[in-house]
This record gives sequence, C-alpha cells and structure tokens, in this order.
Amino acid sequence: MSDTQDDAALVPPRRRDARAWLAARLRNIAPLATLLFLVAFFWIASDSFATFGNLTNILTQISVTAIIAVGLTFVILCAEIDLSVAAIANATGIVVAFFTLQDASVNIANVPLPGWAAIVIALASCYALGWINAFGLTRIGIPSFIMTLAMLQIAAGICALLVRGQIAYSVPPLIGTLGAKSLGPVPWIAIVAALFLLIGHLVLTYTRFGRYVYMVGGNRDAAEYSGVNVRRILSAVMIISAVCSGVAGMLGVAYFGSAQQNEFDTYLLDSIAAVVVGGTSLFGGQGGIGSTIIGLFVLGVLNNGLDHINIDSFLKILIRGLILLIALIINVYAQRVRLAEAGG
Amino acid sequence: MTTLLELAGISKAFGGAVALREVDFALEPGEIHGLVGENGAGKSTLMKIIAGVHSEYVGEMRLDGRIVRFASPRDALAAGIGMVHQELSAVRALSVAENVYMGVQPLNRLGLVDWRAMRHGAREHLDSLGIAVDPRTPMGALPLGLQQLVELSRVLFSGARIIILDEPTSALSPPEVERLFGVLRRLRDAGRSIIFISHFLDDVLAVCDRVTVFRNGRKVAVEACADVDKRWVIGRMIGAGHDELEESYLSDIPLQSPAEAPVVLALEGLGRAGAYRDVSLAVRGGEVLGIYGFLGAGQLELARTLFGALPPDRGRVLAGGRTLRLTSTSRARRAGMAFLPESRGMMLFAKEPVFKNMTISILERIHRLWLRPAAERAIAREHVERLRIRPPDPERPLGTLSGGNQQKVALAKWLTHLPRVLVLSEPTRGMDVGAKDDVVKIVRGLRERGIGIVVASTEPETVLSLADRIVVMKKGEVVREFADEPVSKDRLLAAA
Repeated sequence: MSDTQDDAALVPPRRRDARAWLAARLRNIAPLATLLFLVAFFWIASDSFATFGNLTNILTQISVTAIIAVGLTFVILCAEIDLSVAAIANATGIVVAFFTLQDASVNIANVPLPGWAAIVIALASCYALGWINAFGLTRIGIPSFIMTLAMLQIAAGICALLVRGQIAYSVPPLIGTLGAKSLGPVPWIAIVAALFLLIGHLVLTYTRFGRYVYMVGGNRDAAEYSGVNVRRILSAVMIISAVCSGVAGMLGVAYFGSAQQNEFDTYLLDSIAAVVVGGTSLFGGQGGIGSTIIGLFVLGVLNNGLDHINIDSFLKILIRGLILLIALIINVYAQRVRLAEAGG
Repeated sequence: MTTLLELAGISKAFGGAVALREVDFALEPGEIHGLVGENGAGKSTLMKIIAGVHSEYVGEMRLDGRIVRFASPRDALAAGIGMVHQELSAVRALSVAENVYMGVQPLNRLGLVDWRAMRHGAREHLDSLGIAVDPRTPMGALPLGLQQLVELSRVLFSGARIIILDEPTSALSPPEVERLFGVLRRLRDAGRSIIFISHFLDDVLAVCDRVTVFRNGRKVAVEACADVDKRWVIGRMIGAGHDELEESYLSDIPLQSPAEAPVVLALEGLGRAGAYRDVSLAVRGGEVLGIYGFLGAGQLELARTLFGALPPDRGRVLAGGRTLRLTSTSRARRAGMAFLPESRGMMLFAKEPVFKNMTISILERIHRLWLRPAAERAIAREHVERLRIRPPDPERPLGTLSGGNQQKVALAKWLTHLPRVLVLSEPTRGMDVGAKDDVVKIVRGLRERGIGIVVASTEPETVLSLADRIVVMKKGEVVREFADEPVSKDRLLAAA
C-alpha cells in the first residue's frame, strides 16, 4: 500500500494534477454529458419536447422520485442501501388515506380523523418503519440489503391489510394541495421536491452531521476510531430515508388521485437509479444532492422524451435498463480510478 | 540419511526491500526445527517460499534431493508440505470430522457424502495422534488449543510429511502447550519433520531439536537446542554493532517516571475473554507508559478497549475518580480518550483532504451544528506547519501523502484539544527513521504538556524509544513491569 502512495508522490505534479482532475471529474462529467446529450437528442427528434409546458411536466413527473431520492442519497453516501423506500412510501400514503374520511362507495374500514391528525399518524408510521430498519441494521447487525428487503415486504403487508384490495381516493386537504395543485404555473409538488433537495444539500454540505455521513461512507473504521458514533449516523440516515419516502408517498397518493397497493413499485428502481446515475458512489463517501439532481433529470428527460418520439413502450423499459447499466459501469469505473489516484 | 528439505542461497525482495539474503536452511527427517528472529527478520518470508505462497525467488530448494519450485500452496501440499497458520483457517461452523476431511470427503455408492465413514476415519486419525475429540463436535465449540490440534491433524491427514507451525503456542495455556508438544514429539518419533516458528524462546528450546536464528534477512546461526540457552539465542537475534539505531537499544536505557504526577487513568482488574486477563495499571499525567508484548499478547486489544472499540467483560477503568463507560468510541472520545490505531487503513479518509482528516474528531468544538471550513483550514495549516507535514498543503487528498506524513496527520487529530489520555498502537510501524524521529518528538512534546500517554506495541524499539515506564504482557497477562530502572532490548525480550 505504501508503495502506491510513494508512486503517487513521485509522478510529476502537472501530470498528476491533470490525471487527478480528470479522474475526479469523471463521476461528475459523465452524468451531465448524458443529460445534455439526451436533451439535445429529444429537442431535435421531437417538436413537442422543448416547450415550457413539457418542462413543467418533467418537473412534476420527477418530483415524487426526487423526494425519495433525497433520503436515499444519505443512505447510499454511507455505503448502505434502502430497498424499502417505495414500499414505505406506499404504506405511508395508504395510512394517510386510511385516516381520512372516504367516499361511501369506498369499501375500506377507514377511521376518519382531522387532516392534521392523519398526517401526524402517517409521519409517525414512516418514522417508525425507518427506526425498525435502523435498529435491525445497527443493533442486530442485519445487512441493510436484507433488512430493508424484509421491510419492503412488511410495508407491502401493511398496505395490503389496510386497503384489502380496495382503492381509497380522499386525502387531507393540505396533502391534496401539495400533491396535486399548482402555485401559478408551478406545481406545488415540484416546490416541495425542490425544498427537500435544497435542505438535503444544506445538511450534507454545511452541517457536522453531513460531514459525518461522508466520513462514515468514506471509511467506516476510520470514522469509528475518530470517535464518530457510527451507529447513530447510520440510524439517522435510515430514518431520514424512511421519512422522505413517507412524505413522497403522501404527496404521491394525492398526485395519482388514489391510494392502492403496489402503486409505487416502479419508484424503488427509479430512485436508486437517480442517485447512482447522478454519480453518487455505491461504495459510499462520494457524491451528493447535486449529483442526485442530475440523475433525476437524466431519468426524467429519458422517460418523458421517449413518450414524445413514439417509441415502442415495451422497448422503453429495455432502454431504461441499459441506461442504468451504463451508469453503473461508469460508477464502478470512476471508483477504481479514484482509488488508484488516492492510493487506497 | 539424506537431508529431507534443503534450501540454498535463497534471496527474495519485495519491490526495493530485501526480505531474504542468501539464506541456507536444512531440515532433516524426524526433526523439530525451531525458527526464531525478530519481526521482519525474514522467517515468515522463508516459510512462505517453502509452503508455496511465494514462487518468485532466487536460489534453490531441494526436496528429497530433487530440485522443486512450488507455484502454489496446493503444489506444496501435494509434495507433502503443509502449514498451520497463526490465524487458524478452520471452518468453525463445520464439525471436526468435516474439517479433517476438508475437500476429500468420502462418498458412498450414491455419490453422497459418506458421513459414517468420515466420522470413523476422523476418529481413528485423531486417536492415532492422541487427540481426544468427538469428531461430531462443531469446530467452533472447541477451545483454541484443540482447534489447533484438529487443524494440525487435517494437514497431516492430507499427507504432509513436513509441517510448518507458525506461532503455535501464542494463544495456548501451559497445559495446552504441553499437550501440543506431546503430539509434536510423537510425530517426530514417527519420522515426520516439523518447522516451529515462534517468538516464545522457552517453547522453542523446550521442544525443538535444532534452532535457526534469523536477523535482518540473513540466517545468522543454527545450533542444536541442547547446546544453547535463551540468552545466547537473544544475543544472536538482536546482534550487535550492525547499525547505530539497533545498538542504542542494546545498552541500558534508564527509565524514569515523573514523581508525584496525578494518576489520570487507572485500570482495575480489566479482562476480556480471548484477549487479556486481570490487567491493573495506572497511567500518570506527563508519563508515557509502554506496553510491550508479542503479537497476540493482548496489548493491542487492551489499547482498543481504552478507546471504547472493544468493551471489556470485567473490571473497570477510572479517570479522575469516575468510572468510564467504554462502550463506544464516541463516548470514549467525549471522556477525554484519544487513540491512534495500529493500521493506517483504520484511521484515514484517503480520498478526503488533509484538513478534513485533522478536524473530524473536534468538529463539535468548532461549532455544535454547522461546519466552519475556514476555521478547520486554519487549524490544519497550523498543524501542517508545526508537524512539518510534506507536502504542506491541507487541501490535498490524504491518500497521496507518504506513510509517515499520514501518521502525523492522524496524530494531529488529537492535538488541537488535548485529550486526557492518548493511546497509541504501533505508532511507528513501517516508518522510515526520519518519520519515526518526528513521531517520537511529537509524543515527547505531548508528554511535556501533561497528558497521559499509552504506547502499545509488538516492537521493542518502539516502546524503548518512547516509554518512561514499561509493562510487558504475555498471553493476555501483565508479567513484568520496568520502572525507575535501566532496561534494554534483551531484557525486554527475555521478559516476554
């Protein structure tokens, strides 16, 4: 190990700087280049793509994913994963609807409460689910991959029990406004998403907690031996992820206009893809909300743009998969370059 | 009788570092051959060549008079050479029988594992070695001494005529050592040959027929054990007159503890299963306490315990009259403890800039909630200047600095707000002389400022160069204390 470090110190400064500069930027440049390419491609290929109305569409379409992705960014920065985000979103959305008075035609045993109470209960439930994830990961020692896989199933079970195959439509008015109404031309849900992204960025960049998140992801042993409470940081990110998912789930239910089982299933892959495509390292410690924003737009533009060019909707699924694969390859490759550069 | 295994003119270098120079070694049939030398003297490199781990080397190895060169440990095993490592490689979840038959399970007519044959075979094999273990017991349920014997029997079972044992007694109690020696003597009388690598010279002299001594990559002596004593072996191991640094530790170094300084940390009957037992020590302010022992003696584990990374099972740690709850590293840090772990990988954020590495442990002192990068950089610039860190750039990713400079950055973590007690584990391992000197100066400077310092190491030079008082640990227990008296390397080695 010391050999490579010495080598790094021996390379002439200019060459090393150029190499380091490129290596450091690869993770950032590749996603941005992908985004610009996609925008240019759809701009040329379709007349209806580059319009103000469509930009609003894209913003609205990526908003639910964006709120989930904020929490997931924290988790992935710590080199953990949360596979329960979509299921927790679904469950929280259903909980908020369950405690709201539904139309007589809706055949679920709902318990009508005032809107604020429904929201508080829903937030408490996603917090609780996140806390269970955190407990399993940090106290029992179940790897997050397995722990959150179990939570995915548990949350899906909660959804199934509450709605029993039915569909609920009503949500508290506040949720209804934030999820489905607009402030002037800008949809409220996009504003909420932007707020979450902004707060996530501020926390990660300017707070002590944010620094600890990067350090725990960068080298967990070193964080531990620097006296950082690694367990507490990991617990916090699992709970943040669950609460973000919960908020996304409530707004999502309003946005879709209904609360039912499995309606968030595609969001698991989308949110992980957004974080990773943006360039946040799956090995932890590298990336951030800025990367996640790029990733969200790459996915949003791709999904939206493919609709504008009359492509076979089945082919669309395959293309999304291929884009994700390419992003993963770049992600792992960039990690390797940086590792070689940093000498371990 | 021809020599069983003969190595002639073996040299081996790793990069620029020469590990072995022109080494000869001979092993006779039916012999237990001891191999001793300090850390880095070259004995493990030689064993790895014999066991097929290193296939690139200069020189010649003959087995039964024929030249051989093994490409892999599998090759070596096929030729009848097996190794039992210090870190046992047995599968703890499998039974003793399965471990003995690892990779060669007998099959019945249906092509399934023949459990009955395996149990019987394993029992017979173990009985023949005089090892009384039920072959159905899970390996993990056995005490370490028995696990080691089972592993030894597995190596024998796969047909080894030459068995290499690496530090076989380091984790064993005296009766377990006796039992191991009984098995080894029986094997020798049956014509097998054993290479016995150990730091425990008493053990080597008790069981071996001959002993070979290594120093600095060279074979310096080979003698019949009956003709030599421990003193002679230590003399050969540490040599004399080779280089100045070495020599300075051969003569007496006066130890002097600061008088009347307050005790800043007291350990009372501290114990942790499998690591150390009944350790009672006091650390005074302005004093460097060295804890020396071989690898596995428990001092490195004890050091981690003091920083909350390895909670003790029994006993307590007192600081300023209060009992410390050492259940997590963050708690230990808040209680005024600081720690430098033995491996750099455990303390570095290689991809993060130097200044973030330096401030990670004091962020809440700078601001409770927010980061103040300007303040962090100012702190970092000061340390870079004072500790002469090269290159003097706090923005550089830490991974691009040399090992010695990385170590200084790690030390700098604890210099802004002085801890009550600083625990250093192998603080100068693998560093060049200049960097070692710098670390020694930093530690002396800290001592002047009145904090208690604990240095745990497996290298006698490290404790001798830093400590005001030295305790020696052996197999988890404190066996000797050197205070207010002269000490030298050979006395330290003799005590361990």
